[in-house]
Amino acid sequence: MDLMLAILITVVGASTPILIAALGELVVERSGVLNLGVEGMMLIGAIAGFVVQFHTGNSYLALLAGAGAGVCASLIFGFLTLSLSANQTATGLALTIFGTGFSALAGSSYSARPVTLMRPLFPAEFAASPFTKVLFGYSFPVYFAFIMVAAIWYFLHRTRAGLILRAVGENDQSAHSIGYSVIGVRYMAVMFGGAMAGIAGACFPLLLTPQWAERMTAGRGWIAVALVVFASWKPFRLLAGAYLFGLVMTMELYAKAGGGPLSVIPSELWAALPYLATVAVLVLISIRRDASTNAPACLGKPFLPSN
Amino acid sequence: MPHRLELTGITKAFPGVLANDNVSFSVRPGEIHALLGENGAGKSTLVKMIYGIMQPDAGEIRWDGAPVVVANPKAARKLGIGMVFQHFSLFEALTVLENIALGMDAKIPSRELEARIREVMTKYGLLLDPHRTVATLSVGERQRIEIVRALLLDPKLLIMDEPTSVLTPQEVAQLFEVLRKLAAQGCSILYISHKLHEIKALCDTATILRGGKLVDTCDPTQETSRSMAEKMIGAGLKDIVRAEGRSMGLPKLVVSRLSTKKTGHFEVPVDSISFTVRAGEIFGIAGVAGNGQNALLDALSGEILGDDKDAITIDGYGIGLLDTTGRRKRGLCAVPEERNGHAAVGDFSLSDNSILTARDRLGMVMMGLINSGAARTYTGKVIADFAVKALGPSSMAGSLSGGNLQKYIMGREILQKPSVLVVSQPTWGVDAGAAAAIHQALVDLAAAGSAIVVISQDLDELRALCDTLAVVNMGQLSPARPVAEVSIEEIGLLMGGVHGATEASHAIPA
Repeated sequence: MDLMLAILITVVGASTPILIAALGELVVERSGVLNLGVEGMMLIGAIAGFVVQFHTGNSYLALLAGAGAGVCASLIFGFLTLSLSANQTATGLALTIFGTGFSALAGSSYSARPVTLMRPLFPAEFAASPFTKVLFGYSFPVYFAFIMVAAIWYFLHRTRAGLILRAVGENDQSAHSIGYSVIGVRYMAVMFGGAMAGIAGACFPLLLTPQWAERMTAGRGWIAVALVVFASWKPFRLLAGAYLFGLVMTMELYAKAGGGPLSVIPSELWAALPYLATVAVLVLISIRRDASTNAPACLGKPFLPSN
Repeated sequence: MPHRLELTGITKAFPGVLANDNVSFSVRPGEIHALLGENGAGKSTLVKMIYGIMQPDAGEIRWDGAPVVVANPKAARKLGIGMVFQHFSLFEALTVLENIALGMDAKIPSRELEARIREVMTKYGLLLDPHRTVATLSVGERQRIEIVRALLLDPKLLIMDEPTSVLTPQEVAQLFEVLRKLAAQGCSILYISHKLHEIKALCDTATILRGGKLVDTCDPTQETSRSMAEKMIGAGLKDIVRAEGRSMGLPKLVVSRLSTKKTGHFEVPVDSISFTVRAGEIFGIAGVAGNGQNALLDALSGEILGDDKDAITIDGYGIGLLDTTGRRKRGLCAVPEERNGHAAVGDFSLSDNSILTARDRLGMVMMGLINSGAARTYTGKVIADFAVKALGPSSMAGSLSGGNLQKYIMGREILQKPSVLVVSQPTWGVDAGAAAAIHQALVDLAAAGSAIVVISQDLDELRALCDTLAVVNMGQLSPARPVAEVSIEEIGLLMGGVHGATEASHAIPA
């Protein structure tokens, strides 16, 4: 029972950052932009969040700093790909490399200096019993992620702004000819994606390991990108997928730690599972060959107005 | 009463081209005003400036008597200008309702919008299910969305850019009803089309452009189609010249019980089609769009491979199992309907596009190496012979206008002198002068002994061009008849009867 509880809480912790980052990337991709720099933006958000937490001890300020840093990083990407029509794939990869290097440089004087973890959102009395602990024992980002799933779904499917965003991702030329600002909408989406990736990055020092370590996001940004495809660009599938991937990543940790039935499967295989699952989903999508595979039709194509 | 729209001295230059040169004309309230001109005459540029997509370099636009600057499409709609584009600006993955909502500037709750849409649809007889995804709709239905979207804004001026090029005769008649009703209520209509008889039937005034300049403003009812066409191209129009007393040769292309499998939800397969085309014969296939024409073309060209060697034969040799390359080697060339992306690669030069289909027939590839000189020479010949407006063989295919690309593609296939040529919509979006040239080239190719299959929705074209005619509906082909023996009403009935049935099945979502 205790082990189950521990696993469950670890799963929630592992899932939250990838869910937040993937939600941001989902909005970005729905607008027709493929930003592969999630990992880089997360690392920049992580070091910004860590530094603010280290100096002020205010976790909310730290999350905000992470978001702000993520927006700044995403603006580099946005300027290159949207204003200058650079190749999105190459720019995204470059952003990840830049983020890795920049965060290592900025964090070099902070290594091995601990911070405090973010406090749970609810008072300790709420989380007294094991059952309520599962529900009320977490800090703000966990609940934030859940709220954002519903909020993004509502935004995309029930608001006019969301409709415009989907339209821009679906057919940029048409959206332009009707009179919407394709580049403007995409800038907003990219900045939102940057903020979410930054928050997701800041979750690592605030929720998981209370210190700074180079490359501390450990490839989770890539899992977030894969997750968006896995969820076929749908927010609620993204929620399910994030927790599934979170479970798999937790299994990986337990398998690595050794002992128990989990180590029958090597941890490397566990680590590969999210990617294998994404490939499987891609195969399923193309077998179904529906009129709506859901992938935004303009994904990754730079927009150049035809006139 | 002031003019609804008045243009004075509108001039717009692009690098190297003067798209509009000092164009002035005006539209009265309730007038249906035609804008006529060849490809590249500057019609699209002109309406883009009226709709605010582009800004004129010089000149003045007056709206209801007052000078205005139409800064963007939103401003145009605010004035009361609606536009139905030739290439629909629709979002395939979204529903009809969402598509219409995107075109509205005011924020209207979706329930209220749906009620208003249904009201407009009933008023003008434009029936559609607002919750269907656009990807599942036919071209005619998609156009209805665009029209409904424009009508919801209560426009005072409606711009229609070649609206009938994809419609059936029945749909055209319906559209004209709608337009006349609108005009009677005081809405002005600016109608762009190549089809001169439609302009004669519908429009009150016609403004003719040539090379960016205004040639004439006339009353189409007082003109003949021929006189307007001649003003448009600035020269006498040539009739199709047929060799006198020519006789058909032996059967060249024989298709027997050709069927294809159903490939997608919305693709009608070919169902046991049989016909024979003799050497020197032009065989026309009429039909409402979406009745299996695409599958038939793909099955003939080899894009869809059959399982019966003898379902298609050329001079008795079964080619049913060959792929496109194999069939081209045996003398069968094909032109699919979709120009950019199917018949030609937009990001390739014209020269490279020639290699793609002519490499084997004209020896452009030796031992796996491309003979680019031969490709360049051949492409230059196509450009010259078919009067393609392109800078040269190295122009990108995608940089050509639709009509010019069509001329290039038709020329590329015809000059290969195939023994069998299958073409779909040979003159779609091509102006009268160029269409006549393409028709003449097809007739000449047939006179030289080739068998030609023309799939088209344009009955006038088929009747002018073909020797024999059949109608395809729901994947089945009617018996072939000599074109002189069938009236346009008969063909219309064959198409129309079927059309009624498909309409009914479309109305009930599956």
